Amino acid sequence: MALIAFYLMAAVTLVSALMVIMARNPVHSVLWLILAFFSAAGLFVLIGAEFIAMLLVVVYVGAVAVLFLFVVMMLDVDFVELKDGTLKYWPFAMLVGIVFAAEIVMASVFGVQSLPDSFDAAPGADTNAEAIGQVMYTEYMLLFQLAGIVLLVAMIGAIVLTLRHRPHVKRQNIAKQTSRRRGDAYELKDPKPGQGI
Amino acid sequence: MSNYIESMGQFWGPLMVLGQIGLFTLVLLLSIAFLLLLDRKVWAGVMMRKGPNVVGPFGLLQSFADFGKFLLKEIVIPAGANKFVFLFAPILTCTLAFAAWSAIPVAPGTVSGTSWVISNLNVGILYLFAISSLGVYGIIMGGWASNSKYPFLGALRSAAQMVSYEVSIGFVIITVILMVGSMNLTDIVNNQDGGFWYWHVFSFQNFPLIVVMVPMFVIFFVSALAETNRPPFDLPEAESELVAGYQVEYGSTPYLLFMLGEYLNIVLMCAMMTILFLGGWHGPVALGDDFVRDHPFLTSFSGLFWFMFKTFFFFFLFAMVKAIVPRYRYDQLMRLGWKIFLPTSLVAVLVVGGYVAYMGVQS
Repeated sequence: MALIAFYLMAAVTLVSALMVIMARNPVHSVLWLILAFFSAAGLFVLIGAEFIAMLLVVVYVGAVAVLFLFVVMMLDVDFVELKDGTLKYWPFAMLVGIVFAAEIVMASVFGVQSLPDSFDAAPGADTNAEAIGQVMYTEYMLLFQLAGIVLLVAMIGAIVLTLRHRPHVKRQNIAKQTSRRRGDAYELKDPKPGQGI
Repeated sequence: MSNYIESMGQFWGPLMVLGQIGLFTLVLLLSIAFLLLLDRKVWAGVMMRKGPNVVGPFGLLQSFADFGKFLLKEIVIPAGANKFVFLFAPILTCTLAFAAWSAIPVAPGTVSGTSWVISNLNVGILYLFAISSLGVYGIIMGGWASNSKYPFLGALRSAAQMVSYEVSIGFVIITVILMVGSMNLTDIVNNQDGGFWYWHVFSFQNFPLIVVMVPMFVIFFVSALAETNRPPFDLPEAESELVAGYQVEYGSTPYLLFMLGEYLNIVLMCAMMTILFLGGWHGPVALGDDFVRDHPFLTSFSGLFWFMFKTFFFFFLFAMVKAIVPRYRYDQLMRLGWKIFLPTSLVAVLVVGGYVAYMGVQS
């Protein structure tokens, strides 16, 4: 049962990953990418790593891919035209491809060949989230903090690059606005007939 | 009743799960039909109108008449629309809205410590968060595939809005997880056993935290309004600016699916508020151990009653908010999300985390 589910999800992951680079419409590419993320999360659930699976969906599908889609939809780029020149980069593309293929072959030859039958998704804890928490904040504390700093630097960098101080822009002072009372805005007058104010 | 295949075998287990799914779907659809009517009746009542009152006694069958009308109308696909994505978007919205309900525990099980739920996930709350964060895709895809200006603008607005408010919802959920020490929804509900003062919003067992949890509950309620595109945050479909936002080009069954998904998400948010803050299926006064032991089925049904009562009460509040609060401006919405809710909930996570680390949590 689990084996059928594995092959189904693995096939969906591979096909949708392929479609990411094959699709002509960039928006379709992003949608295929989302499907690939989603079935990869399904594979994580199958080996019992449900915490990682949910994080994959929350972070990549729920946030990163939304921003991707957001940007790609608003781009007005003719990708067919753009692809005309890509042929001259083929030596570089081949180099990258060979490196990746070699890594996969090396990993499958020298590394773990298949999951052992007694694979423990949560070593030393009841659930997966606890098992990750136990090593993440003790053994890998420094790496965890460094990853946070890298993200912070990236965030500050993006803000610095895009922040522009535009003069002559009217901004609302919220405190001033909410502290306005009825008397500040108008006053009542009682003009006599035939007289103005 | 946590794992059906383990307890009932390879043949009856899957059948039981299918039966549960069918039952949940049926009850949800029927509830949605009457909640839609409630929504319209409340709105009409606040405006001193009568609301729907023609189809059936008191207009009770109005939703079914609307349902038939939606089904029988012709599906119009605009020229230049991306046909597949256009039709896929409402299906996705509706499917995700139903899928989220598979992890919601609605009543205590007849065995102590268990619950009535289709799938008792260890990461249940993360699953709900993940599924509700996917809801934005239906809207973006629908808006983009319509090949029209207003839907596209509505979709972009909605994407920004939902991503912003998800952040504060996430932090509020973390405060609850910290207090319980588990992401299992059944554990979260069982942690609030013993009377209404034990509910997380009052959190009697960790009483200083009441100053944190009450504001967190309010933030969750307001963020839930924004997350489900309900008034006063219904900017994606602000009819005075965008006609109907991402739904402009939709009619007939695709529109019905969008609306169904939207209302299911609203009820889901009400159920999440019930589970996270208001004790889930626990009534305001504890039933007592003897009663629970002697009448397991009665306990189960009283749990179901309280769960549904609280969920529907929140839906009533949503309807009241829709009726009496004017719509926000877009910059005000973004300011509220990023400059007020995000810092407040972040500080709350620090406070609750510090409390749990140094005082020890009582559950």
